Amino acid sequence: MKTHLDTVSSFIVGLLFGIGLIFAGMTDPSKVIGFLDIAGLWDPSLAFVMVGAILVGLVAFRFARNRTMNFLGGAIRLPTKNDIDKRLIVGSLLFGAGWGMAGFCPGPALVTLGTGAPQAIIFVLSMIAGMALFEGAERLMNARDARNGAVEPSAAPATPQ
Amino acid sequence: MTLDTFHFTPGMSLLGGLLIGTASALFILANGRIAGISGILGGLLRPTSGDVMWRLAFLLGLIVAPAVLAAFVAPVIPTIDAGPTTLIVAGLLVGIGTRYGGGCTSGHGICGLSRLSPRSLIATLAFMGSGMAIVFAMRHLLINA
Repeated sequence: MKTHLDTVSSFIVGLLFGIGLIFAGMTDPSKVIGFLDIAGLWDPSLAFVMVGAILVGLVAFRFARNRTMNFLGGAIRLPTKNDIDKRLIVGSLLFGAGWGMAGFCPGPALVTLGTGAPQAIIFVLSMIAGMALFEGAERLMNARDARNGAVEPSAAPATPQ
Repeated sequence: MTLDTFHFTPGMSLLGGLLIGTASALFILANGRIAGISGILGGLLRPTSGDVMWRLAFLLGLIVAPAVLAAFVAPVIPTIDAGPTTLIVAGLLVGIGTRYGGGCTSGHGICGLSRLSPRSLIATLAFMGSGMAIVFAMRHLLINA
């Protein structure tokens, strides 16, 4: 029963998130690029999206910090990584570059996929390919490290979930 | 920099942000998870038992959102200028970068900043900066982009 509630709840959250992205205008690449185009005609809308989201988020995460159990009776999984490393910075720089190029980041791309737009299909497939490439490279590196007798990095996912 | 007053949508964007924030709040409080979409999708590439359905459900919610709005409000018609090559390169960069960096605009930018995470602050500054740099290069330095 808990898993079913978990699944249904996830769907509702995803739907609400998607609707929010559409209202926010974030599924419109030209609006995203308009925000990133600080040297040209600048559309500050994305800043308003962030402010609105973080206003609610601050309260929620404050509340969540003091709890161990979520409303459905499961665990609250907050990320534990604290270090600011090369991976974080280089990865974010790469992500930002891709974001600026097409005006799509993962969420809006998936929402736009739902409109059937061929550009979204191309982008999402490429994004998945990129994730798979990274995944494959990570596994190769880990296997190589294990063979070389180095301390094997933990099998936990690269991103805390 | 000139303000694009024609396209600026303070009300709708704020409302959208509040919705996104509410969704993220629900996710952490009801499901106990971070609404970081690159992570939710990326985790499907290393599926473990019991860890798949909620991911698929969330992503499905995102994907059907336009259809729901089209049915009850108005159709969602995106304006996408990027050509196929740009889309492919951009997609690859986003795919690799979000996994390498451990998050995206939702994971780091919204959830991370809401948690006051220094890691996410650095990540957000990095991808914002990089995004702005690329747009500057493509719009103001290169002639045909």
